[in-house]
Amino acid sequence: MAEYKYTPADFKSDQIVKWCPGCGDHAILNAVQRAMPEVADALDIPHNKFTFVSGIGCSSRFIYYMKTFGFHTIHGRANAIATGIKVANPELSVWVCSGDGDSLAIGGNHFIHAIRRNIDLNMILFNNEIYGLTKGQYSPTTKLGKITKTSPYGTIEKPFNPGELVIGAKGTFFARTIDMEVMLTKDCLVAAAKHKGMAVVEALVNCVIFNDKTHAAFAGDRQTRLKNTITLKHGEKMLFGEGNNKGLVFEDMRLKVVTVGEDGYTLDDILTHDAHTEDTTLHSMLAAMKYPEYPVAVGVIRDVQDNNVYDKKVEEQVAEVQQSAKIKCMDDLLRSGETWEIE
Amino acid sequence: MENLNAKELKEVVIRFSGDSGDGMQLTGTLFSNTSALIGNGISTFPDYPAEIRAPQGTVAGVSGFQVHIGANKVTNPGDYCDVLVAMNPAALKANRKWLKKDATVIIDGDTLTEDNIKKAGFTTLDPIEELGLGGYNVVIPDITSMTRAALADMGLDNKSVVKCKNMFALGICFYIYNRPEDYAKRYIDEKFAKKNPAVAEANKRAIDAGYYYAANTHQFANTYKVEAAPLEKGTYRSINGNVATAWGFCAASEKSGLPLFCGSYPITPATVILEELAKRKDLGVKTVQAEDEIAGICTSIGAAYAGNFAVTTTSGPGLSLKSEALGLAVMAELPLVVVDVQRGGPSTGLPTKTEQSDLMQALYGRNGECHAVVIAASSPSDCFHYAFMASKIAMEHMTPVILLTDGFIANGSEPWRIPSMAEYPTICPPIVEKCESDFMPYARNEKLARGWAFPGKEGLEHRIGGLEKDCLKGTISYDPANHQEMTRTRAKKVALVADELPTPEVMGDKNADVLVIGWGGTRGHLQSAVSELQEEGKSISLLHFNYLNPMPHGVEELLKGHKKIVVCELNEGQFASYLRQMFQSYTFEQYNKTEGQPFTIVELKDKFNSLL
Repeated sequence: MAEYKYTPADFKSDQIVKWCPGCGDHAILNAVQRAMPEVADALDIPHNKFTFVSGIGCSSRFIYYMKTFGFHTIHGRANAIATGIKVANPELSVWVCSGDGDSLAIGGNHFIHAIRRNIDLNMILFNNEIYGLTKGQYSPTTKLGKITKTSPYGTIEKPFNPGELVIGAKGTFFARTIDMEVMLTKDCLVAAAKHKGMAVVEALVNCVIFNDKTHAAFAGDRQTRLKNTITLKHGEKMLFGEGNNKGLVFEDMRLKVVTVGEDGYTLDDILTHDAHTEDTTLHSMLAAMKYPEYPVAVGVIRDVQDNNVYDKKVEEQVAEVQQSAKIKCMDDLLRSGETWEIE
Repeated sequence: MENLNAKELKEVVIRFSGDSGDGMQLTGTLFSNTSALIGNGISTFPDYPAEIRAPQGTVAGVSGFQVHIGANKVTNPGDYCDVLVAMNPAALKANRKWLKKDATVIIDGDTLTEDNIKKAGFTTLDPIEELGLGGYNVVIPDITSMTRAALADMGLDNKSVVKCKNMFALGICFYIYNRPEDYAKRYIDEKFAKKNPAVAEANKRAIDAGYYYAANTHQFANTYKVEAAPLEKGTYRSINGNVATAWGFCAASEKSGLPLFCGSYPITPATVILEELAKRKDLGVKTVQAEDEIAGICTSIGAAYAGNFAVTTTSGPGLSLKSEALGLAVMAELPLVVVDVQRGGPSTGLPTKTEQSDLMQALYGRNGECHAVVIAASSPSDCFHYAFMASKIAMEHMTPVILLTDGFIANGSEPWRIPSMAEYPTICPPIVEKCESDFMPYARNEKLARGWAFPGKEGLEHRIGGLEKDCLKGTISYDPANHQEMTRTRAKKVALVADELPTPEVMGDKNADVLVIGWGGTRGHLQSAVSELQEEGKSISLLHFNYLNPMPHGVEELLKGHKKIVVCELNEGQFASYLRQMFQSYTFEQYNKTEGQPFTIVELKDKFNSLL
């Protein structure tokens, strides 16, 4: 492990942060700037190798606030552009900042294909369940029935659950965090960085102006979060609630919330989280848990080692072909195959 | 079997045609490559349907391959053919209109069944009579049954045997035109011998059988020779436009020292460029077959940002999809080459047919004041040169460049004198290695190109994007004066490229009565038509363009002193409009065609004669 001794200040640009006061994005920025020194040391990546890429939307302004290489691109295309960057230079630590509109609506295709390819990008998916920058239209994650400017009588479209989408596309890493939980966010980001392959961290953020308190029922304050969310850690029991009195068991092919010590359930019955298993069944169920029936799962839900990492495979294939290739330069290529002389 | 009584011909045009599954493209390619190898000038034109296997025996499913060989340099695949090989009645019907007056028609007699004739849409059972081929030299060998007989003892199934009938037809043509069989046989061995030696043997034997049949029948009493063309000394190869384009990029990568990246999505007729680049891992090329056209250009923009030399390839509808991202590349001022292999449009249009109707889209098809360099290649082999030049301009001027080719030159092939890479210049992009003080990403050099500072370079961390930027720092700027300045600077940067462009040359008298203007892939046809008229003593010249935006310096001088100027394009007048806007005191007449086919020399000469 290298020791660069960076501080969060090394990752802060001189630009004034222009998100609304109270916007959840501020907390994510804070967590990212805290995570980067740790990532640099853990992966031995100097400051100049960090590259942030974003699409369009409030969260996509993120890159201007980071004192790293940054590319603020066009609506929906951050994952595609980041793919090009990473393939061109796999040594870079590439971070994608994108929102629920940017990556799940206009950029949905690039999102699922980046996951399918398992390219080594780290993505922060800011999910505020609304279009903020265009001032309050419903997004692909807006709750069914929600009244917004483009759904004055309530939406009639079912929302995506980003976690299910990632796992459905056979994603190798998915974590979820909440804007207020800065340390949890930081831990998820460091885990994402350490993961080889596509890593998606869904950040549940609050839009104070257009969708205030959309996550408040389970994430409003510390006490609510303690009761209504479950922080998953690999190898640890799936416990939550005050004094960890509640837990998850697997019964009748589904997850069930139980109280430890009640109805005959003991600590031994509670599931232990295995983030590393390739099997998607339980990860998918955990990602899909919705309040109030379940606590909302946060932390690293899935973190599977898969050696098919796209950018590495591209490099390997090129190297392999080059090793045995007869054509070493353009002049070789031009003279390859059938040629003839005119005297 | 040298035929001593062969008559000498200056040139000949042969059209191979049959069902899409009959292997006509291969047959034509083997004939043309053989001719190229013995030193003829050649030009080819594959003309095939968009459907992979349209209903057998129907006119819709006919696939053709025309090759023009000559004892001189050949600039186009010829309008009308001297020989038509038709593997069924549908092929005969589809290609009737391409016959020269006393052409030879070879049709497989086995296919002249009632069923096939009806399927081809004939109203009578005598297609020869119905098509008015009485005065033509029609030969009706039973190709299928003779192929079957020749391969009877090989123990192959009927399907594999029948598949060899195209090689029988090739053998006939080899005899008539005194071509050696060895190249075709060698090709077959390389292609099939490992996987299926019996199939390779059968194909080779079918060539022999066709050859001997032709030698023994009196129907081919006359055979012909086409001498080698007096081409410039050197080593030659045959090349098509798409491969030449791909190689031009590889060459630019080598000359710039930057790895080549291609993000692309399959689309006819551009796909071969991506296929070729995917093979070029030996030269370190990285390709990403993206999830869609937009991701094709976006991965390339990402790669350009990260310091690769990036290209993306497409055809018309794909260019439409890429236009927003192209605007980002203009705004971010990153080098990028976008190839548009034009096809018939709008919408899906005619995917396998040629057209030049994307010019306006290439020049203007983006939001905002959004200038890009536009270049057009004009023959299969010069796609190499223009792909290289497009790359050089993109990298040295930090700008997107659109390279227009078209289905005709992309699929067509011709002999090409192989250049040495030593003949090509080094490409010097303004790469920033380090910066003593605060790095200014939008500081510019004398070309107005900004510095290219890749992620990973120490001390050069900076942010760019699609929002308007401060003219030096690159940070977001909504300042009115800054936007004005940046808009004009981006335009001027592209305009300055003209300082490095050659003035196009007039072919012929600079003061000829009629000046013919063309651009891109029509050059071969225009050149032939104009030079034939010049030989007849007519006062006519050709001015052909490759660099379209910016317009090279000195063009206006060339427009002066003519009685008439006519702009010929395979669209409804896009370049003519562009010229009118730029040179308002001149009158530009037009000759246009949007049939999905190249010009014919005949129609061009008719038009020019009417102006003379």
